[in-house]
Amino acid sequence: MSETRTRLRALLVDDEELARTVLRELLATHADIEVAGECANGFEAVKAVSELQPDLVFLDIQMPKLNGFEVLELLDRDVAVVFVTAYDQYALRAFEVHAVDYLLKPFGEERLAAALIEARRRLQAQERLPVAALAAAARPQGPLERILIRDGARVHILSVEHIDYVEAQDDYVLFHSGGKKYMKHETLANLETQLDAKRFVRIHRSYLLHIERLSRVEPYAKDSRVAILQDGTKLPVSRAGYTRLSTLL
Amino acid sequence: MSPILANPRFLALYLGGWLPLGGLLAAAFVQQAGISWGEALLVALPLALIHASLSLATWYLCRALPLRREHAVRLAVAHVGAAAASSALWLLLGRIWASVLAPAFADSVSRIEMRNPLLFFAGVLVFLFAAAVHYILLAFEASRRAERTGLELQVLARDAELRALRAQLDPHFLFNSLNSINALVSVDPKKARQMCVLLSDLLRTSLQVGAQATIPLEQELALVREYLGVEALRFGERLRPEFRIEPGLEALAVPSLLLQPLVENSITHGIANLVNGGFVRLEVRRNGAALILAVENSIDPETPRRAGSGTGIENVRKRLRLSYGGRATLSTSENAECFRTEITLPLELDPATLTPGVES
Repeated sequence: MSETRTRLRALLVDDEELARTVLRELLATHADIEVAGECANGFEAVKAVSELQPDLVFLDIQMPKLNGFEVLELLDRDVAVVFVTAYDQYALRAFEVHAVDYLLKPFGEERLAAALIEARRRLQAQERLPVAALAAAARPQGPLERILIRDGARVHILSVEHIDYVEAQDDYVLFHSGGKKYMKHETLANLETQLDAKRFVRIHRSYLLHIERLSRVEPYAKDSRVAILQDGTKLPVSRAGYTRLSTLL
Repeated sequence: MSPILANPRFLALYLGGWLPLGGLLAAAFVQQAGISWGEALLVALPLALIHASLSLATWYLCRALPLRREHAVRLAVAHVGAAAASSALWLLLGRIWASVLAPAFADSVSRIEMRNPLLFFAGVLVFLFAAAVHYILLAFEASRRAERTGLELQVLARDAELRALRAQLDPHFLFNSLNSINALVSVDPKKARQMCVLLSDLLRTSLQVGAQATIPLEQELALVREYLGVEALRFGERLRPEFRIEPGLEALAVPSLLLQPLVENSITHGIANLVNGGFVRLEVRRNGAALILAVENSIDPETPRRAGSGTGIENVRKRLRLSYGGRATLSTSENAECFRTEITLPLELDPATLTPGVES
């Protein structure tokens, strides 16, 4: 078994059909690569990585709804990633950190062969290929505009404007939005650093409040207060939280 | 404010011009009242100065009543009326000045007859002359402004040309198009060749039309079709172009590369964000004395508006303002599924009238 090279199962993700065509065609000359599936958008890709368990993903960056980096953020398992893009400054940065390689369109046989050699080397060395670190490295600067939440095979995209408040629950955070709740594996402290500090304020160890939802703050007991939201929800406000809130109001 | 007052050199020239008139007036006084030249000048020079000041006011009248042949009667009545009133006021001030001087000159000055009709008519004529001078100044200023607008317009047209070229040389567009051709070479060689030609046509047309301030509508539409043709190949069935072009408008002159940035926006901010794609609809029609050019596209309600979509539209708006003044408008509207940009241009057949002051 160690004599024969194991076949690598590859997933092709690109919203342009012709781009997948050329990649499929070039991969056909490599007998040890099996194309496990093709996806035309990020939602399909997230699902396919779980279901098809590929070894290697060729991932386009510019795609509708979910771009390549957002797909990585939602994956539930590690996988070797080769970015395929026409032009993207983030790809270069991401590659330096954790990607196996990146291919710039249009690319030729030799360039693809080199990427495959690198992928095989990393997979055979059983190198760790953490997609979460790759996604974090590639994330553009500036506050988050939307939250991606994976719910089994489904993906929710929650615009930060629609968040009422976020609640910490152990290793998870619970987003409250118009009466609905969405759970995500994330810490509140980490989330706080990614959201716009002018709009989201940590009013309590366990609560991050969207300031536009606040109706008023009332005293509750000695040294403690309660925030009353526009929909009537009451949230505890700590002393430090009240100080932070006061500087924003 | 009158340009004469705004510029000290103009003011000196202007006042200098009134000195001979003051001299003439003094001569008339010497003749009529039999007073000495010194006395006559003492009355006449301040009187000339008063006339000069009053004449400055005709500037406002000239600005309010631009020279138009169809308004000839109205213009004549207004100016003659104003000149008569000014002349009467001038002579009244003259009488006051003379009566102030009278005690010091043993009444010789008071022999000057300020109610002389000849003096009144002379005053009227000089006022009318001042109005004519102001009209010349106004025309001079208008032509300078037109020249400035023309230059600004040229800069913007050049800017649009550069932007259009940059859009075609946009790395995403160019490399993705080349990648599509790359794929087609083995799958569909005939189509690959078509695509090469289409891409070349697009680059060539952009280079050609970019150098002109205005082009026939037909040419602008051809450019847009070529652009959409290249993008349609890339996006496949996700891009559904629709054309609603009223026939008979092909020869109308429009500023070059006006629609190009709008169609480009419809792809990058519309179709590219839609998993199942959508339409890009180009609408050209005549509405009375106006030409309506509209670009509509599907949008994804969940994709947040990205920064950068505003500059293209702002630039088009600025070009319209400089080319047509207030006679052209650009408006945008959107609902959950569709974004629309609409341009309204005055219907003009002569390209020369589109760009005041621009000669190529």
